[in-house]
Amino acid sequence: MKVSIKVNGQLREVDVEPRWLLVHVLREKLGLTGTNVGCDTSQCGACTVLMNGMAVKSCTVLGVQADGADITTIEGLRTDGAYHPVQQAFWDHHGLQCGFCTPGMILTAVDLLTHHGDPNDETIRHGLEGNLCRCTGYENIVRAVRDAADKM
Amino acid sequence: MGVLGQSIKRREDPRLITGEAKFLDDIQLAGMAHAAILRSPYAHAKIKSINTDKAKAHPGVIGVFTGKDFMDVNPLPCAWQAGGVKNNANTPRCLEVDRVTHTGMGVAVVVAQDRYIAEDALALIDVEWEPLPVVTDAKKATEAGAPQLHENAPNNIECEWECGDAAATADALQGADVVVKQSIINQRLIPNAMEPRGCAAQYNPASDEYTVWMTSQAPHVMKLLMTAFVFGIAETKIRIISPQVGGGFGAKIYLYPEYVLVTALAKKLGRPIKWNETRRENYIATTHGRDHITDIEIGAKKDGTITGLRVKTYANMGGILSTIAPGIPTTLYGRLLSGPYKIPHIYCHVTNVYTNTAMVDAYRGAGRPEATYVLERAMDWVAEELGMDPADVRRKNFIPSNEFPYAPADNILAGLKYDSGDYDKTLDKALQMLNYAEFREEQQAARKKGKYLGVGFSTYIELCGVAPSAWIGLPGQGWGAGLWESANIRMHLTGKVVVTTGSQSHGQGHETTMAQVVADELGISVDDVIVQHSDTNGTPFGYGSYGSRSGAVGAVAVLRAAQRIKEKAKRLAAHMLEANVQDLIYEDGKVFVKGAPATAKTIQEIALQSAVGYSLPEGMEPFLDETSYYDPPNCTYPFGAHICVVEVDGNTGKTKILRYIACDDVGNVINPMIVDGQVHGGIAQGVAQALYEHGVYDENGTLLSGSMMDYAVPTAAMLPSYETARTVTPSPVNPLGVKGAGETGAIASTPAVVNAVMDALKPFGVKHIDMPLTPEKVWKAMQSNNGGM
Repeated sequence: MKVSIKVNGQLREVDVEPRWLLVHVLREKLGLTGTNVGCDTSQCGACTVLMNGMAVKSCTVLGVQADGADITTIEGLRTDGAYHPVQQAFWDHHGLQCGFCTPGMILTAVDLLTHHGDPNDETIRHGLEGNLCRCTGYENIVRAVRDAADKM
Repeated sequence: MGVLGQSIKRREDPRLITGEAKFLDDIQLAGMAHAAILRSPYAHAKIKSINTDKAKAHPGVIGVFTGKDFMDVNPLPCAWQAGGVKNNANTPRCLEVDRVTHTGMGVAVVVAQDRYIAEDALALIDVEWEPLPVVTDAKKATEAGAPQLHENAPNNIECEWECGDAAATADALQGADVVVKQSIINQRLIPNAMEPRGCAAQYNPASDEYTVWMTSQAPHVMKLLMTAFVFGIAETKIRIISPQVGGGFGAKIYLYPEYVLVTALAKKLGRPIKWNETRRENYIATTHGRDHITDIEIGAKKDGTITGLRVKTYANMGGILSTIAPGIPTTLYGRLLSGPYKIPHIYCHVTNVYTNTAMVDAYRGAGRPEATYVLERAMDWVAEELGMDPADVRRKNFIPSNEFPYAPADNILAGLKYDSGDYDKTLDKALQMLNYAEFREEQQAARKKGKYLGVGFSTYIELCGVAPSAWIGLPGQGWGAGLWESANIRMHLTGKVVVTTGSQSHGQGHETTMAQVVADELGISVDDVIVQHSDTNGTPFGYGSYGSRSGAVGAVAVLRAAQRIKEKAKRLAAHMLEANVQDLIYEDGKVFVKGAPATAKTIQEIALQSAVGYSLPEGMEPFLDETSYYDPPNCTYPFGAHICVVEVDGNTGKTKILRYIACDDVGNVINPMIVDGQVHGGIAQGVAQALYEHGVYDENGTLLSGSMMDYAVPTAAMLPSYETARTVTPSPVNPLGVKGAGETGAIASTPAVVNAVMDALKPFGVKHIDMPLTPEKVWKAMQSNNGGM
């Protein structure tokens, strides 16, 4: 069936099978491979995107459910070529190593910071609980999010 | 200049924070089909028959195959069999034919237009199984009456291996004032790199060549194993490309059955094939780590001096051997059992055992965390037995800083010596950060109020950059090849530098650190250097990245290639300046006659002259292009002191880490920010072993912790913040003076956390609890040992 999804500011019409996950539509049909798949039980959060401004795991949303939605993926986070403050902070604070969890982690952090303007470390750690990182031990991710909060 | 030792930001990050990096699953090729693998639901079974007719008829299916379709493809090799002993090796085929020995082994494959269709068709394959009895415990597998997994391995023993001096150690224990005995389990862990494994392959019938994209930490080794051992074709016929790799932690070192299968399918079906692992497959079909059952006896004098250590370990190999499995619990474990201590006699006996579980191989630290856990728990038991302070017992037994190079007793390190160390210094610094005396007072006061605080120490050594090749290789420790590393540097006409290397970053930031080495040595901007790895066509042969070898071996190869560039540049500059090369100085990217800096030629001018080749000294070839194949004379031996402070909830048994202090000495540091990041990540994995993670099989060999819902990969809220510090004791082994930092955190942290919890539980008289220290286990221990309260 046909769905129309606004992805990174552009309206896209896609013919999807009812069982396709949103992450499949983004990656395979729209070529937006920045959104990664790290698990099959909605634990890891690597596939997190913003749906109508809220962080969702795109493996738990069907493509058809995204009909009419406004989706932001990691590819759409820059404005006029400038990094979003959270992207910049992840770079500045070495908040990534292998980088596989990073797109989802950054988008979750963006969502977190829209709800908490000045989060403490505990709030950040709880806010990121739905996103797993195996490389950083989270230390520099927490520092990056705090720094981004200061700059936003 | 001076870029070495600076925390410059990573040059690989822009593509990773924007989603532009290309991981394996992002690869799309024209006409690509997708594979899905039917895996055994049984841990031990005979395959009586497989019917694929219905699957073949399913719309969108391109082909369905079983192991019988690949009888011309050899089984995978085991490239590291334990050195000096007989190994009863058994290795997997790309698809199993007659029998499976763990759940998750592949027995059939569907190739279809897309992965959804391939998965649908898997459900249409009928396999007639004959289930066989199952054993999952490594010690029980060696006992009489246990199910037998392989004909060539009586009592399921893959090999028996020993090091040290059995008789001298027995005497030492006999003569000790106290001997502590304890059995411990170092539980099975599941690596869980965030990117699962995957493989894509394309076959070119015109050239009879394959291009294989693979999530690999060691693409050149994969090429070697696939061509020379599995397919029996010329090494030039396979090109491996390891794209952006999303973490490995050891589990992406190996050649796996799926990689062979997908490569073979690409030829069979004449189109590109991709297989990307699901997370559930990752749990059952990717290697696990640790899984030791160990009996420890440690002897000491009344003053705390250790007199002897005897260790007997059953190491679980899983149902079949992964690529380097037998070497991990032997060379990388037994030979490390002296740790930072001067132990007069050591004996270690290891039995590698087959069980009906997933393959076990190197996982972050690989043998060294298990050895450190043995020693660091044992030091605490000795302290407890003698009523001494655990920090004092450690200090009493440290190898003094003036005794390096140091050969551990009874030749357990097989001829090698620790390079350098100053163990008191890291412990002093860590204790200072803790404010130890104050903590003990606080602990006493807290206990009176029914609050259980504990402190745990872990003073460790590591062994990084395993070398030289003649030591680790077939003449010595049984590794099936060499362990040198390569780098090539080319300086182009405009003075821009391309470095290619056999190292393979999978998150470590080699594109940054190796560029720092080159920029520093040549006196040029780091922005003028790019580092390329990943593609076996276009990089010199190398062994890849694991065992913290890419600093101590890989970056040194880079340095040596840069030094050769410099030497050639100086010889050309001598020609350009009409001077003697002995009179020239190379400084800040310029070459000049000593005392006459105004005459300087820049390295960029020299590169241009070299590249155009208009006027070269007699016999000199054009272009600045130098290669190094660096084989170190020894391993390197980082060390440090980690201290963990916990509070255990007396009502629930839940452990909260209040402070985590890590003072490491990894030798000279190329990029402190990156080293800190490595330490953080290592600590996280070690803490998670101590408190959360456990790969659990039921009696049928089904993995109960078989998904991220059931296996506790820790979240940000489950881990503490880390306080890190460093001392710097350069390694004399290599000219960079670096030691390696990839695994220290994972090696040191596990016993630090466990020792802290045991210290907190001291009022309850608890001697040991096996990991993970879940609230349930801790609470039960508190209930059953209530004597102290």
